[in-house]
Amino acid sequence: MKNNMKKDLKRDAKNFLKFFLSELKPKGKLLTPFNFIAATIIFLGAVIAFFRFKDGLGSVTNLSQEYPWGLWIGFDVITGVAFAGGAYVITFMVYILRMKKYDSIVRITVLNGLLSYMFYAGALLLDLGKPWNVINPIIGNSFGMNSVMFLVAWHFALYMIAEFLEFSPAIAEWFGSKKLKKWLHGITFATVIIGITLSTLHQAGLGALFLMTKSKLHPLWYTEFIPILFFVSSIFAGLSMVIVEGSISKRVFSNLMSPEHHHTHNDIVFGLGKICAIVMYVYFFLKIVVLFHSHSMHYLDTPLGLWYISEMLFFTLLPLAMFTYSVRHRKGNMIRAAAILTLIGIVINRLNVTIIAFNWNLPERYYPSWQEIELTLAVIFLEIVVLRWIVVRMPVFNEKKESREDKISITSAS
Amino acid sequence: MDRRSFVKTVSLIGLSTIPLTAKSKPGTSKPSDKKEFKAILVDITRCEGCQSCEYACLEANGNPDFEPDDFEVNVERKTSVDQLTVINAYDTSKGEFYVKKQCMHCNQPACVAACLTNAMEKTKEGPVIWHADKCMGCRFCMVSCPFHIPKFEYESNNPRIRKCTMCADRLKEGELPACVENCPNEALVFGTRRELLEEAKRRIYQNPDDYHHEIYGEDVVGGTSYLYISPVPFEELGFNTELETEALPKTTTGFLHGVPVIETLLPPFLLGIAAAAKWKSKKTEEVEDEE
Repeated sequence: MKNNMKKDLKRDAKNFLKFFLSELKPKGKLLTPFNFIAATIIFLGAVIAFFRFKDGLGSVTNLSQEYPWGLWIGFDVITGVAFAGGAYVITFMVYILRMKKYDSIVRITVLNGLLSYMFYAGALLLDLGKPWNVINPIIGNSFGMNSVMFLVAWHFALYMIAEFLEFSPAIAEWFGSKKLKKWLHGITFATVIIGITLSTLHQAGLGALFLMTKSKLHPLWYTEFIPILFFVSSIFAGLSMVIVEGSISKRVFSNLMSPEHHHTHNDIVFGLGKICAIVMYVYFFLKIVVLFHSHSMHYLDTPLGLWYISEMLFFTLLPLAMFTYSVRHRKGNMIRAAAILTLIGIVINRLNVTIIAFNWNLPERYYPSWQEIELTLAVIFLEIVVLRWIVVRMPVFNEKKESREDKISITSAS
Repeated sequence: MDRRSFVKTVSLIGLSTIPLTAKSKPGTSKPSDKKEFKAILVDITRCEGCQSCEYACLEANGNPDFEPDDFEVNVERKTSVDQLTVINAYDTSKGEFYVKKQCMHCNQPACVAACLTNAMEKTKEGPVIWHADKCMGCRFCMVSCPFHIPKFEYESNNPRIRKCTMCADRLKEGELPACVENCPNEALVFGTRRELLEEAKRRIYQNPDDYHHEIYGEDVVGGTSYLYISPVPFEELGFNTELETEALPKTTTGFLHGVPVIETLLPPFLLGIAAAAKWKSKKTEEVEDEE
């Protein structure tokens, strides 16, 4: 059995290269409006990246001594990671809680998460002053064990591996290695457990980065509970992203989906909406408790206080009410609107912590440069192009027919 | 409680704290070390704003051609990638006074706790220094510093973090920090932190009318190696007096201690839930079969 597997692997490796090269060719029309826009933005992004590395960060960004972190950290990394939280939540629901209903969206969600992490990590390299030293905390010549950032970096890196392994059965299926797929399926359950643990910690860890900024972050946002708030909000941020992405995929990739998938889509959206509503109740409650706990109520009638109130009312309470109402009355479009509003709310919340309410007591302000915005768009478009390349080729939306057999192997592994 | 059991209890409690205390961390040093941190005392009553320290600093840090601009009263100049120390003038209730600004060399620096590569280091001697070969340029030290001190070379493709090093290299060769050596009015005094705290208190006690009765740096953010005594309250001189006395790295210890707990407890907890869910789904299947 083992020998066979080895032989298979060898043959697979050989065939894989040939197969991979043939798959590199584009499928479908090349000259579409989307491709044109994407190519332009990505090309411009590459030019900006070139100048960033040639002349330093100051040549393309508005970063300053008072605002060392701007859009690339505040949006690309800190917001992006929250958006990618869907993967650990969905794997938790499917593999741990055995909510079979969500089986069909596991692969696309994990793939989305994996790509998000890869590209946000890439965006992080753009932001690092000395990116060639990025391996230092990993290879161990200098472990900053007491740094929250150290923990985040490690959990980030390990989680990327875990997500890759969770998605890898689809890759094995793509180039037709049943044995490998079976083996990878066997370890899925373990990687899911590790992945959820890692996610919990690095989602919270991104919040914990701001624990030491007590004198810089506005009291309405600074709290010792910020890691917990970041973790809880990553749950509904991730699920809202799954809802929005699912609705877009349903239109764009509808020919790749089985009729079954189409049929269950609405059911899934309502299920996710319900979970979002519940978790958002918890989050809203936590925020209120933290507000009372922090003795910062007197800031509420300042401009930033009003901004805080609008974040809470329009981007937490309103989508929460919309989720609740639309789940009860089966209103699909309203759920999607609620999900989009939630995502905007997460962007606002994360930017508040990293940029807007940061250095609130200083006269200096930071606004991103057009290059920072452009390069952010380039990263997003690059991710979409890679996502499309994979989705068109690999069995992401529909597992092949032997899926029943696979499920048995998952069960036995657990 | 008799004596024997009392001794037993106490020694058990003592033993149980060993793993906690033995795991000493950079940034939280033992009290015996802390005493011997080197420090600099700034006596604001003696400073005449001659900027000699600024020029000495530029020269000591390989930037002798840089021409610092003159200060204006009540306009705050900041340290920069070129100028690691600056003098600012303030118009106060007791007249015009000058304040030297630079890295405070905290006892438990937030920048060191922030650094994931140990590029920022609190040396045993007291200075907080930066290692170019370890830094990856994430700028978390800048985000974390309560005094807005580390500066980043945004215009360079191989940027450095720039901040006062208390002339750690000169200290190793037995020399004084450049600013201290070149101060004509002895407004700057170099010594161990313990000695300088005593000296600062002596000056305040002996001239109670000349000094505001507080040492800035004695316990702000857990204590710093730069100590200031002043004729007027520190808020009149541009100091951040809102900072708490708790060392900033302590704000993250709760989270950092929680990490291994979650790492070890969450996976078995998940396994438990998975087992329960499996059992439940089997049960429902059985019920469905019976029906």
